[in-house]
Amino acid sequence: MASMRTFSPAGTQQASAATTKIESRNLNFYYGTYKALSDVSLAVAPNSVTALIGPSGCGKSTFLRTLNRISETIKNTRVEGEVLLDGASIMDSDVTALRRRVGMVFQRPNPFPKSIYDNIAYGPRINGMKGKMDDLVETALRRGALWEEVKDKLNKSAYALSGGQQQRLCIARAMAVEPEVILMDEPCSALDPIATAKIEELIFNIKNQTTVVIVTHNMQQAARIADKTGFFLMGKMIEFGPTDLIFKNPSKKETEDYITGRFG
Amino acid sequence: MSRLAWRNFVNKVMLSLTAVCTLLTVSTLILILGYLIWNGGKSLNWAFFTQLPKGPGEVGGGMANAIVGTAKLVGLASAIGIPIGFIAGIYLSEFGGVTFPFIIRYVADLLNGVPSIVVGIFAYAIVVLPLKHFSAWAGSVALAVMLIPVVVRNTEQFLQGVPQSLREGALSLGASKWRTIVTVVVPASISGILTGIILGVARIAGETAPLIFTSFGNQFWSSGFNEPTSSLPVMIYNYAISPYDDWHRQAWAAGLVLLALVLVSNILARGILGRGTAANRA
Repeated sequence: MASMRTFSPAGTQQASAATTKIESRNLNFYYGTYKALSDVSLAVAPNSVTALIGPSGCGKSTFLRTLNRISETIKNTRVEGEVLLDGASIMDSDVTALRRRVGMVFQRPNPFPKSIYDNIAYGPRINGMKGKMDDLVETALRRGALWEEVKDKLNKSAYALSGGQQQRLCIARAMAVEPEVILMDEPCSALDPIATAKIEELIFNIKNQTTVVIVTHNMQQAARIADKTGFFLMGKMIEFGPTDLIFKNPSKKETEDYITGRFG
Repeated sequence: MSRLAWRNFVNKVMLSLTAVCTLLTVSTLILILGYLIWNGGKSLNWAFFTQLPKGPGEVGGGMANAIVGTAKLVGLASAIGIPIGFIAGIYLSEFGGVTFPFIIRYVADLLNGVPSIVVGIFAYAIVVLPLKHFSAWAGSVALAVMLIPVVVRNTEQFLQGVPQSLREGALSLGASKWRTIVTVVVPASISGILTGIILGVARIAGETAPLIFTSFGNQFWSSGFNEPTSSLPVMIYNYAISPYDDWHRQAWAAGLVLLALVLVSNILARGILGRGTAANRA
C-alpha cells in the first residue's frame, strides 16, 4: 500500500541498464572570484545513497546545490563544467523541470506556513499531477514515516510539529513529486539522536524509489547509511569510493587524517 | 560622598528624568485625546451622520456628504495606490539587480518625505488644471501618491523578512520564481503587508493639505468622481476657522469621528499582525 504508485508522470522511468543516475564532470564553482569547487568529477549510481563528508567550508554543500541548480539563486556565482542527469546536461533542461526531478531537503526544516496537508500537496499541485490528492498526501506521508503521527491533524499548521517531524514532513514533501534524485544538505544537524535515527531509517527505505545524495558532518551517519562516500577538502574531492573502503582503508592521507579526527 | 553613594544618586536622578519625560509625553497625548473626546462627544449626534451641512450661520445639519466623500477619496486612492505599491514592493524585494532597486528605494523614501501640500500641488497640476475643475479624481491621485511609497517600502521589508529557505523549498519542488512568490513568499508575509497597508490607508484618511485644492470641498452630495468632493479633514479645516459656534462644534465632532476611524484601523492592524505571528509561533 505504502509504495503503491497512484500516478506515473512521464519521464520518471529510467533505463534499467543505466549505472549512473547523476554525475558531475570537471565541475568548478565560483562565488565572485572565489573558487569554491575545483574540478569535481563524481558519478552516482541509481537507487543508492551517496554521502559527502568533509570539514566546514570544503564545498560539499556548494556541490550539492549545483546538482539542482538551486545555486543559481545566489547572485554573482558562476559554474563551469558539466552535470549530467541520465546522461543529459542539466544546463540544457528547463530549470523547473529539473528541480522537479531532483528534489532537495535542507539543513533546517523549512515547512511552508501552511497546513500539513497543504505542505505535502504543494508540489503535486504546482506540477499539475493527476490522481486523488488525498491519496497522494497519504502515500507521501507514509513514505516520510510520518503518517501515523499526523493522520488526525492534517489541517493543523506544519509549525505545530516538532523539529524532527518537520524534517520528515519536508522529506515527504520532496518525495510527493516522485523525484528521481533527492539531495539532502545535513538534514539531521538540527535534530536530536532519536529524530536522527528515524530519518536515517527513512533514507534507507526511500532508496528503492529514488537516489539519495546526502551531505553530512556526522561521519558515523555516513558509515551507517551510505553505499558510497566522497571526501571533500578545500573545494576538491579528495577521495570517492565504497563507504567501507573510505572508512576502513582510505587511500589518501588527508582522508585518513580527517576520519581519524586528526583535524577538521 | 562616597563613590557608591554618588553612583546611586546619579542613578536616581536619571531614572526620575526618564519618568518625567514619559509622563510629559503620555499626558500630552491623554490631554489631546481627552479634550477631543470631551468636545467631540458632546457635539456628536445622529444628524451629524445623516444630514447635509446647513448654510453659514444656520444651526444644525451634519457632514454625511463628507463622510461618504472621505470614503470615496480613500477608497479610490487605495484602489490606485495599493496595487502599484504592492507590486513595486515585490519587484524591489524579489527581482531586479543592485542599482535600479537602489534608485527606486531612494526615490520612494524621498517621496515619503515630500510635504503633503507639495503632493497636493502636484495633483493640482496634473489633474485639476487639464480637467479645469476640482474632482474626487484629483484628490484620490494626491492621496495615492502619498500612499504608494508607504506600501512599497512596507511590502518590501516584510517580503525580505521571509526566510530564504522557504523560497528554496518551493523552488526545489519545481515551482517557478513567480509561483514561489505568489504561493509561498507573499502568503508567509501577508499579515505584515496587510498591517502596513491599513496603517498607510489610515494615514491618508487624515490628510488635509493634499485635498484643499484637488477635491476641494462641497456643501452638497457629489455624484461620481468628477465633481468637487467634500472630505472630513477639509471640513474640519473650514469649520474650525469659521466664525460660527455651531460649525466649531461640528468640527470637534468630525475630529472625533476621524480619530475613531484611525483608532479602529490601528486595532484592526494589530489584530491581523498579532494573529499572523501567533500562527507562526504555534
